[in-house]
Amino acid sequence: MQRLPPFSYEPARSVAEAVALLSKYGADAMPVSGGTDLYANMKQRLFAPKVLVGLRPIRALRFIAYDDARGLEIGALATVRDLAESEIVVARYPALARAASSISTPQLRAMGTVGGNLCLDTRCNYYNQNLDWRAALGFCLKNGADICRVATGSRTCLAVNASDLAPVLQAFGATVHLAGAGGERTLDIAQFFTDDGRNALARDAREILVKIALPPAQPGTRSAYRKLRQRASFDFPLLGVASVVRLDAGGVCRDARVVLNALGPRPVEALEAAQCLIGTRLEPEALAVAADAAYKVGKPMENAGTTLAYRKRMLRVFTRRTLEDVAGAGAPA
Amino acid sequence: MPEIRRVSTATNPDTGAAGTTAAAAVSSVARPAAPVHARKPEGFSVAGKALPRADSYAKVTGAAIYADDIALPRMLFGKLLRSTQAHARILRVDCSRAQALPGVVAVATGEELPVRYGILPSSPDETVFAIEKVRYVGEPIAAVVADDELTAEEALNLIEVVYEPLPAVMTIDEALRDASPKIHEESRRSDNVHKEVHLEFGDVEAGFAQADAVFEDEFFYEGNTHAAIEQHAVVADCSADGKITIWSSSQTPHYLHRIASAVLQVPASRLRVVAPPIGGGFGGKTEPFPHELAAAHLARKTGRPVKFALTRQEVFYTHRGRHPVKMKIKTGVKRDGSILACRLQTWLDGGAYGSYGVATTYYTGALAPVTYKMGAYAFDGCRVYTNKPPCGPKRGHGTTQPRYALECQLDKIAGALGLDAAAYRKRIAIDPYSETINHLRVTSCGLRECIDEVERRTGYSGRHGALPRGKGIGLAVSAYLCGAGLPIYWNPMPHSGAIVKVDRGGGVTVYCGTSECGQGSEHMLAVVVAETLGVDVMDVRVCAGDTDLTPVDLGSYSSRVTFMAGNAAHEAAESVRLRLAQAAGALLGIAPERCGFAARRVFDVGDPDRAVTFLEAAQAAEARFGTLVGSGSYTPPANLHGDFKGSGVGPSPAYSYTACVAEVGVDLETGEVRVERLTLAHDCGRALNPDIVEGQIEGSAYMGLGEALLEESAFRRDEHKIPNLLDYKTPTILDTPHIDAIIVETDDREGPFGAKEAGEGPLNPVIPAIANAVADAIGVRVYATPILPESVLRALDASPSGRLRLKSAPSPVPV
Repeated sequence: MQRLPPFSYEPARSVAEAVALLSKYGADAMPVSGGTDLYANMKQRLFAPKVLVGLRPIRALRFIAYDDARGLEIGALATVRDLAESEIVVARYPALARAASSISTPQLRAMGTVGGNLCLDTRCNYYNQNLDWRAALGFCLKNGADICRVATGSRTCLAVNASDLAPVLQAFGATVHLAGAGGERTLDIAQFFTDDGRNALARDAREILVKIALPPAQPGTRSAYRKLRQRASFDFPLLGVASVVRLDAGGVCRDARVVLNALGPRPVEALEAAQCLIGTRLEPEALAVAADAAYKVGKPMENAGTTLAYRKRMLRVFTRRTLEDVAGAGAPA
Repeated sequence: MPEIRRVSTATNPDTGAAGTTAAAAVSSVARPAAPVHARKPEGFSVAGKALPRADSYAKVTGAAIYADDIALPRMLFGKLLRSTQAHARILRVDCSRAQALPGVVAVATGEELPVRYGILPSSPDETVFAIEKVRYVGEPIAAVVADDELTAEEALNLIEVVYEPLPAVMTIDEALRDASPKIHEESRRSDNVHKEVHLEFGDVEAGFAQADAVFEDEFFYEGNTHAAIEQHAVVADCSADGKITIWSSSQTPHYLHRIASAVLQVPASRLRVVAPPIGGGFGGKTEPFPHELAAAHLARKTGRPVKFALTRQEVFYTHRGRHPVKMKIKTGVKRDGSILACRLQTWLDGGAYGSYGVATTYYTGALAPVTYKMGAYAFDGCRVYTNKPPCGPKRGHGTTQPRYALECQLDKIAGALGLDAAAYRKRIAIDPYSETINHLRVTSCGLRECIDEVERRTGYSGRHGALPRGKGIGLAVSAYLCGAGLPIYWNPMPHSGAIVKVDRGGGVTVYCGTSECGQGSEHMLAVVVAETLGVDVMDVRVCAGDTDLTPVDLGSYSSRVTFMAGNAAHEAAESVRLRLAQAAGALLGIAPERCGFAARRVFDVGDPDRAVTFLEAAQAAEARFGTLVGSGSYTPPANLHGDFKGSGVGPSPAYSYTACVAEVGVDLETGEVRVERLTLAHDCGRALNPDIVEGQIEGSAYMGLGEALLEESAFRRDEHKIPNLLDYKTPTILDTPHIDAIIVETDDREGPFGAKEAGEGPLNPVIPAIANAVADAIGVRVYATPILPESVLRALDASPSGRLRLKSAPSPVPV
């Protein structure tokens, strides 16, 4: 990596000030909170904003609150460690705590924020390289060239969403709250992501993510998250599988969601896999059928660690194991 | 503190006195009648103690000044322009726009430094900057120095290079083809072979013919890199009188001194090389590099100090890491497993330049027989050039790859013959004070004791082959050098020199050209001198790695420093001790031979209460003899090797021995291997500081773990695929198992206070031990490193019932 390119840092003390600064500088500016991903990307010259709008001084956005009526609310500036260690999250949304504790390293979890993880730039091992590396191999769609290096016929960028939190939040049916010059707006998390790795977020450059909200935890809800990676720490997911199910008092599955991630620019909801679970008691046979269904919809590309074939093969194994975690988990407190 | 087992391999009853006696009787090597070096009648006072390292205080407080911490007034920052082509002719390099950028002070290109060099005199195939051709992505073409780093970077973008691309050669197989594009046109061969070696000891074919069974296997060992945490950095300065000083994170300041003199065309007397503390080397900093030579050149050109600090990606391009090696191994054995003949063939992917590659090629064949008795042995080695960053020496230099192949095959042989793999290895183990089939002299050898120790700790023999599916236990052993017996450039001078000075305040300073790369060489020097003179380790100041101030030591590589610099420092201290004993003896009214040295006192060994202080002795000695300075040097014995071409690589004044047991769990669905415990026993002769030896064993085990399971120099098209430490996977602490380190002491007769090496040897058995454990767990074998989850699954897919077949019905013995 090179040294950081020159930039000016403008701290924002409130959401309004952040939005005003982003509006003022437009395309020249980017927001930064923990900076754990952004600064590394700048050192690789993936982008070089002239202005960074610092969100860290907005203390009001660092919170995690739960209310039986409103559910869980997570301020965008809560750190990943805050989330991993939150008692209410551990108790009611265990998959979210697990996903948070699987992110990177203790140091980066202390710095990185929930909002930052959700807004993580998409990753591709043709793209997340130093400038001279990319110059030597040839630039790609995400660099402004007109070719995708992963799939030369693709007209959209296939870089992957490498957030551990995104699939879990989607499985919980979260909404994201954005603040912009025209006020706040709320999106279903599935609408927050796009199919093109170049502009993978439905966030306007002058907006900031302020809050993520999850519905109240219903009785009988269980959740799990599993992540394929090469090392037990540090690594981005090569595959993430999140599942949230709700069992009725008789142990029959009434609601289910299975969300796969780190395959393409957005998390992929395995609808058929979820459908396979509903009405079952999560018997091993049902889980195997659901895992087969997930296997069919997940389409990894050769742009992350290990191999495409291995990640594809692991889809079935990881989905089944995630569902086994759900089946074997006790009811949340 | 680790467990220490003391054994005497000369008389140890456990190893069977008959075995060793018989070996000694047939051996052509005379066993020395008495220790050659470094014995003290009164026992040790600091050697063998787990004392805090003398250099640790500065390091743990952050006070130590590494090369990149050096900042001089008016210092410029340099950057290298690197090739974006793997193989191309350079048609034009135009630096005019870069030169014109405000803040840029100078640029340099190839024609300014045309002298060809190479760390080995036999392959001088490098220049500081590429001239006419580039041979790998990342090769330096030009340099810029500017007032600040960002300006230098910006200037690189203004340099115009016009290439004529040539087809790149990226694999061993391509490089061996006659028609492959030639990477070094001056080579007389039609392919890209850099070095070929053929050696045979005894009649191998006759051995195969007489064998009850012959085993043939192919293995591939993937290339990987050192991943030292400190990235290379250098500062150079040229004073007004034209003398140049280079401060560099170099494991080999002497070689940098020699080659800088040749390349810069400056007499060595006007050049000074200083090695500050180094943040890890592992072989990656053992030869002169373009950034070092460019810094010196540009400091001279501008009259200002110049710094280059490489980025991590540049370190991956600079490389000199582990060679990828394809291996074939054929072994003929009797029914009891005795090796009648062994033929080892290796093909090394050398990358674009020679580096230490000629030596590496020999090393892939030299040390296999240092652990086992063999009836006949043949070795064919071949190193090729490819358009990749040059490979070189990494911890275990060239011996790691064939050790993996040999130890994996021995497990197969033991399995096929129904032998316990531990007992089998002990039976064919080389004897102490013997000679190998390739004419290497073996002295102290604790190989059998090491096997006993890991067996005792892990219960290997009862568990191997008996664990549930998915669980495995594996054993492997190895041997390593204590320094090379011959220097890399021919000369009859010592390999290491030291000076010890005692001042009239009682302070002691040792001067030695060693380079402290984290291994503990400075502490080792302090211990040897303190032990000899009977002072505290903290009383000794170490002045190391400075070509102006210290006598030559060839460098921190080949695990040579403890043995060679330790002996030199001991000799230097002995010479001062002699004068101190004479002066103190006169004060005490006893003969000098009766003087003992300990606890800052010189005493009568017959009556230890009669003593003078070390200070009184020092002052009396200075009054009587003048300034108290002693020098010492170390040259390996001349009788270490045979008399044939190639006999210069492999001999060493002593060999260390290691045994390792790995215990693993394999996830049969995902193919993931989890190493649960590593147990190593290492014969280091004597642990001068057991904590440092334990640290070296643990560090080696950790590095071996990474090589076995994760690390690979992967390429995408023509360039390094993952030149960063996020994507190039070294194990994290969560991936690292509990490591048990056991020290076996054999008290080598020629080592300083009996010491041998511990820095490299313990790495080698770790990789095959893990591979053997994985084979035990899943019943089939993966024949390549790293053992990735997908390779495990492929092996399982190919043989779903492999374990059943292997374990309940031994495979027929192939003939």
